[in-house]
Amino acid sequence: MSKNEIAISIKGLYKVFGNRSKKMVTHLKNGVSKADLLDKYHHVVGLKDINIDIPAHQISVIMGLSGSGKSTLIRHINRLIEPTAGSIDIYGENVLSMSKGTLREFRRHKVAMVFQKFGLHVHKTVAENVAYGLVIQGMSLKKAKQKSSKWLIRVGLEGFENHYPSQLSGGMQQRVGLARALATDADILLMDEAFSALDPLIRTDMQDILLNLQQELHKTIVFITHDLDEALRIGDSIAILRDGEIIQQGSPQDIILKPDDEYIVDFIQDVNRGRVIQIKSVMDKGVSIEGPNFHQNMVLEDILPEIVKSTQQMVNVTNDQNQVIGSVDLKTVASAIAKPVIQSNNNANYTQSSSTELT
Amino acid sequence: MDFLGKFPAMSRGELRDFKKGIDSSFSEFTSEHGEAIESFFDPLLHFLVWFEKLLLATPWPLILLIIGVFSWLGSRSVKIVIGAVLAFVAIGYFGMWKDTMSTLAIVSVATLICISIGIPIGILMARSKYAQAFFTPLLDVMQTIPAFVYLIPVVMLLGIGKVPGLIAVCIYALPPIVRLTNLGIRLVSKEALEAADAFGTNYRQRLFGVQIPLALPNIFAGINQTIMMALSMVVIASMIGVAGLGVPVLRSISNQYLALGLLNGLAIVALAIIFDRVTQQYGKRLQKHRHGDLHE
Repeated sequence: MSKNEIAISIKGLYKVFGNRSKKMVTHLKNGVSKADLLDKYHHVVGLKDINIDIPAHQISVIMGLSGSGKSTLIRHINRLIEPTAGSIDIYGENVLSMSKGTLREFRRHKVAMVFQKFGLHVHKTVAENVAYGLVIQGMSLKKAKQKSSKWLIRVGLEGFENHYPSQLSGGMQQRVGLARALATDADILLMDEAFSALDPLIRTDMQDILLNLQQELHKTIVFITHDLDEALRIGDSIAILRDGEIIQQGSPQDIILKPDDEYIVDFIQDVNRGRVIQIKSVMDKGVSIEGPNFHQNMVLEDILPEIVKSTQQMVNVTNDQNQVIGSVDLKTVASAIAKPVIQSNNNANYTQSSSTELT
Repeated sequence: MDFLGKFPAMSRGELRDFKKGIDSSFSEFTSEHGEAIESFFDPLLHFLVWFEKLLLATPWPLILLIIGVFSWLGSRSVKIVIGAVLAFVAIGYFGMWKDTMSTLAIVSVATLICISIGIPIGILMARSKYAQAFFTPLLDVMQTIPAFVYLIPVVMLLGIGKVPGLIAVCIYALPPIVRLTNLGIRLVSKEALEAADAFGTNYRQRLFGVQIPLALPNIFAGINQTIMMALSMVVIASMIGVAGLGVPVLRSISNQYLALGLLNGLAIVALAIIFDRVTQQYGKRLQKHRHGDLHE
């Protein structure tokens, strides 16, 4: 389980909707804008030149508002949507060159999917739904039910085996969806706004279940969301999609502290920075003091009272091996919690570049 | 002025030749292939005759029992079972047992034929827009063309008898099952299908595991409609030699026998209501999972 292994590699991916989409890609590559393409050629651009490497065994979040193309993008990974141009490799295997039969086998064993509207089969019981992937793989229903029952229990649906989906709440239905996806033992899990249809409290619950499972399973998860808090909470890395283009990729800390673009600044306005930013991201590297030590992943909100308590209003930051790697003081923490506009002044050129791009 | 006042029609002679041409070529076709076509339908005739004889040979208490059991299996309602059995008792008491059995036979066989032809056509239509474009106008014609019009070629081809009657009934009763199968499959939610695709479902698994089960309530509504339309054709079918409740109705029309017509008419109504209630209840039970109140 090497950390840097790439599971999914997407290169130069375009999706244009319309009859002459292939030709439109050439126009796009020659610099025709999306607005012109719509006006002159009546073709809609879904995705434009997407390049993204999704690391194995991590949760990669793709975030964007509605219409940004995120659901289109995730459906390219298992080819529920055919791209207009570009390449998609999964563990070195080209998904786009697969025959129908190979693609089916690939979907049966390698990728599983969880849907925003659950996509459950309402005429089947909970147990039958969870067993679905295995039945499609060719297992008998009885055996599939047996084998998938541990996932049903794992997501907390024990005792609901013989209920129908319509008898369950939204949160429970999505647990069925999650268990169904996990039961196939696919390494890659595609989650298309999987928790967006749920109440905030239930959503947090489901995020916990997912994070919990992930600690154990180390799946490659591609998670689509429009909710920044959700992205920051569960994402090991985040890519932000806007109007069919990826405008920033990075760790949650990067996105919050070094937004590339005014659009992202807008996006992160309302985030509770104190609860997201970890001290390792703002510390003075190499500087250490006589004082208490705290782990690097601690968030600002939690460190603040400790700093106030400390005699020098400053604490040390330690890594996983408990070695001191730097320190933070009150001023650093306070300015990191302040709104991103102030942060952006450190990054003088982004305001300029983004203002030309925003039209 | 004269041109505007009178539509520029074919001359009378031309028209006569035109019609004659069609008629003579069809009768030529009939004399050439009539026998082959007739023998093609022979197994159907044998089956129909056998089934009718079976119903007539079965002791009436057994038939009542079967009616009761079927109603129960379909509807799970004591009221409907009692109603069905009482209706058949009344039919027997008023001397219409034999005709009713004949009608039951032809309606059952026609329904079976319609189901076995109609559902596959409906599936085909749901799968391909070309099939849909081809069959939709055909179904429109079948539903709207007056029955007497297609009785003419059928009788020319096959003569008077049970098989042409059966074909006439099927032409009329087939469209609803085809249409509702097509509709039902097309109405299956995109989410359910996308999920099936995402898990690597092949065509057969998709059709039999997802599309048909989810379309079943609509398919059942189609079967119900097909039965109703088959029953409503009973009188017309009797004009070309199909035995059953239609025969006395026809006789009472020509002789103005009010009571005879009324009794046999009501017997048809009773059959229709029983079939309708039982199949509708069954269709409803198929949908129970949608309301979330099924605990078994």
